[in-house]
Amino acid sequence: MTQITKPHTGKILIKRGRVIDPRQNIDRIADVLIENGRIKAIGDIPAQSGVEEISAAGKVVAPGLVDVHVHLREPGGEAKETIATGTRAAAAGGITSVISMPNTNPPMDNVTDIQFVLGRAAQDASARVYPTGTISKGREGNEMSEIGAMVRVGCVAITDDGSGVQSSQLLRRALEYTKTFDIPVMEHAEDASLFGGGVMNEGVVATRLGLKGIPRQAEYIMAARDIALAELTGGRLHLTHMSTRESVAVIRHAKERGLNVTADVTPHHLVLTEDAVAEYMANAKVNPPLRTAEDVAALRQALKDGIFDCIATDHAPHTQSEKAQEFSEAPFGLIGLETSLPLMVTELVRGGVLTLSEMIHRMSDVPAKIFKLPGGSLEVGANADVVIFDPEAKQTFTRFVSRSQNSPFLGWQLYGVVERTIVGGHTVYQRASDASPADKPSPVPHR
Amino acid sequence: MKANNDHVSHLLGLEYLSKLQIEQIIDQARPMKQLFTRTVKKVPLLRGRSVALVFFEPSTRTRTSFELAAKRLSADTLSVAASTSSVQKGESLIDTAKTLEAMKTDFIVLRHAASGAPHLIAREVKCHVVNAGDGQHEHPTQGLLDVFTILEKKKRIDGLKVAILGDVAHSRVARSNLWALSKLGAHVTVCGPETLLPKGLPEIFGPNVTVTSRIDEAVKDADVINVLRIQLERQKENLMPSVREYAEIFGLNSQRLATAKRDCIVLHPGPMNRGVEITSEVADSHQSVILEQVTNGIAVRMSVLYWLTGSPVMTEQKAKALPSESEQLL
Repeated sequence: MTQITKPHTGKILIKRGRVIDPRQNIDRIADVLIENGRIKAIGDIPAQSGVEEISAAGKVVAPGLVDVHVHLREPGGEAKETIATGTRAAAAGGITSVISMPNTNPPMDNVTDIQFVLGRAAQDASARVYPTGTISKGREGNEMSEIGAMVRVGCVAITDDGSGVQSSQLLRRALEYTKTFDIPVMEHAEDASLFGGGVMNEGVVATRLGLKGIPRQAEYIMAARDIALAELTGGRLHLTHMSTRESVAVIRHAKERGLNVTADVTPHHLVLTEDAVAEYMANAKVNPPLRTAEDVAALRQALKDGIFDCIATDHAPHTQSEKAQEFSEAPFGLIGLETSLPLMVTELVRGGVLTLSEMIHRMSDVPAKIFKLPGGSLEVGANADVVIFDPEAKQTFTRFVSRSQNSPFLGWQLYGVVERTIVGGHTVYQRASDASPADKPSPVPHR
Repeated sequence: MKANNDHVSHLLGLEYLSKLQIEQIIDQARPMKQLFTRTVKKVPLLRGRSVALVFFEPSTRTRTSFELAAKRLSADTLSVAASTSSVQKGESLIDTAKTLEAMKTDFIVLRHAASGAPHLIAREVKCHVVNAGDGQHEHPTQGLLDVFTILEKKKRIDGLKVAILGDVAHSRVARSNLWALSKLGAHVTVCGPETLLPKGLPEIFGPNVTVTSRIDEAVKDADVINVLRIQLERQKENLMPSVREYAEIFGLNSQRLATAKRDCIVLHPGPMNRGVEITSEVADSHQSVILEQVTNGIAVRMSVLYWLTGSPVMTEQKAKALPSESEQLL
């Protein structure tokens, strides 16, 4: 196992790739030289003896992707995923930094829990792991966690993700208190009473299937409330996994007024509609639920317009047997680390919504900035966190590196094949060379 | 010989059947009804086959109806109830179904509180899966027996005005009725408190389905009124203020029934809350066909089981010629 925390020594020269680094406004064919785990130079760099050379002709060379919403499940959910397996999946998806969610068992609401994640990550992670802590002790929505102490040991944001903060007063206090530490409060915007035990988007499909619906208002009522509290406090609010066109409208309004609000959207909400849930496909059961085609169109436009600052997966692994239960019993969530880049290349770049450079801006540069993480750029002196991918090659997803397989994209053929992922100079993922992904036979589509 | 059902292997819902397939099952229920209304009620059409009745929700009429239907076709039946099965030990639904499949069960008749439960096992097992009511989704044999009962009385479905009254949002009976009736050309008015009317019914079922919360509109000039059972728990969820108010504003009573067509018939899937969604006066009136529904349920379920095997269509003529089980033994 690669220990990415060990310093990498030596030189690596990535030759003739299309280097895309939005932060430096670079998009051209160039060579990238890595030395001792850091970016040394970008340009026309002659081959040198003793330098490992990687040919990237025809490929894109970009800063490693940064995913700000990932459930690594450790501790307590090791049957679903661990810090080791989850970051291996991240590496396979070209993701070099993940922000891990604190709704583990027990929830991460104290210094020891944050240190546990960092310690495990130092041992056997294949990507950089930045932990978050809960807003409230026990993630119970009542008393504030020891936020300051957690920040001191490496917590990069706080969130009660998995459920929304119901108490307006608690969220107000959290937004106020965190100003000292300058970290975002990440909100899963959801009104619990309107959510009311729903299992999919409220609407025609839910009526037809006889499933309890979750109205879109459960999300955007809280998004609007959260923004009002950001205005009241001046705290940093980050709204995560937004799913409705009305949420887009309230975020757009907040940004026009210059409020301190950022937001992310997931690949699955940008690609799938509630139809993916029929007939009772639990792998598409996710919270917030998949919405309608109008929502997908509005979310895509919002991403293009910068109303959404970044793309985050909400990677939420669950075991096969959990997802093989009755639809109403199966847990919410789907895995996303390995399909994120391919979905965005296929649906958004090839679909004409974003350029490759804009995509990398939203998947690497901006998320790193919002959460003040290193990475997100290939600036000289930066950590050598790099993804090399082929935007023209295709692959069919039949098996995932993640410990869990709960993806609605099983059987999908997607453009955008990750060739190699590098973290601090260490190669943490390299595509197996024996199978040419474009030539693989496509399996029977998953029903 | 060509199978009569285009190789439909499961009955998961009436949504998935064509108009023609619904008509085949209904037509075949007629000879089935003849078969079991004679003195010796058993025929050997499914002899040697086994039917597992897997009921994860309390049920008297549907379970016994399926059991009698299977037995009258000479199939072996076995009952699995959640309370006495391995489900109590945490066994998953799929594992339960696979276990029954491994015992070479031919049919799994499933009643389950979760919508889509039969779909889940139909993807995993080879035996015929029959939905005997899944959550708030469908109750296809109830829909079929309701249509069969209406046809017996009215001789047609096309053009009839049918009112469905009650908790439509949570009703699998309503959905199955809506699929069958809309496919067969009835004009259906769905009526209940706004809190119990789901979104999008006309989009799903087409322009022949209208929705109102005014019972007088729904009942006026109706040929058929199908009254749904109201779950008394709905009161706790703030879906209605009280049972008393429900009865007063949304219940079917004689005064309201009098505004329907003179020969309007009244159906109820049972069990009834007398004095809530329906008054005893209406339930016991000559316009009520509630007990006939129960009888017809067996015929329709016999037809469904037989139809799913892909056997040649049973006609009244063939049925007359069929020996009953005991005659054969003699």
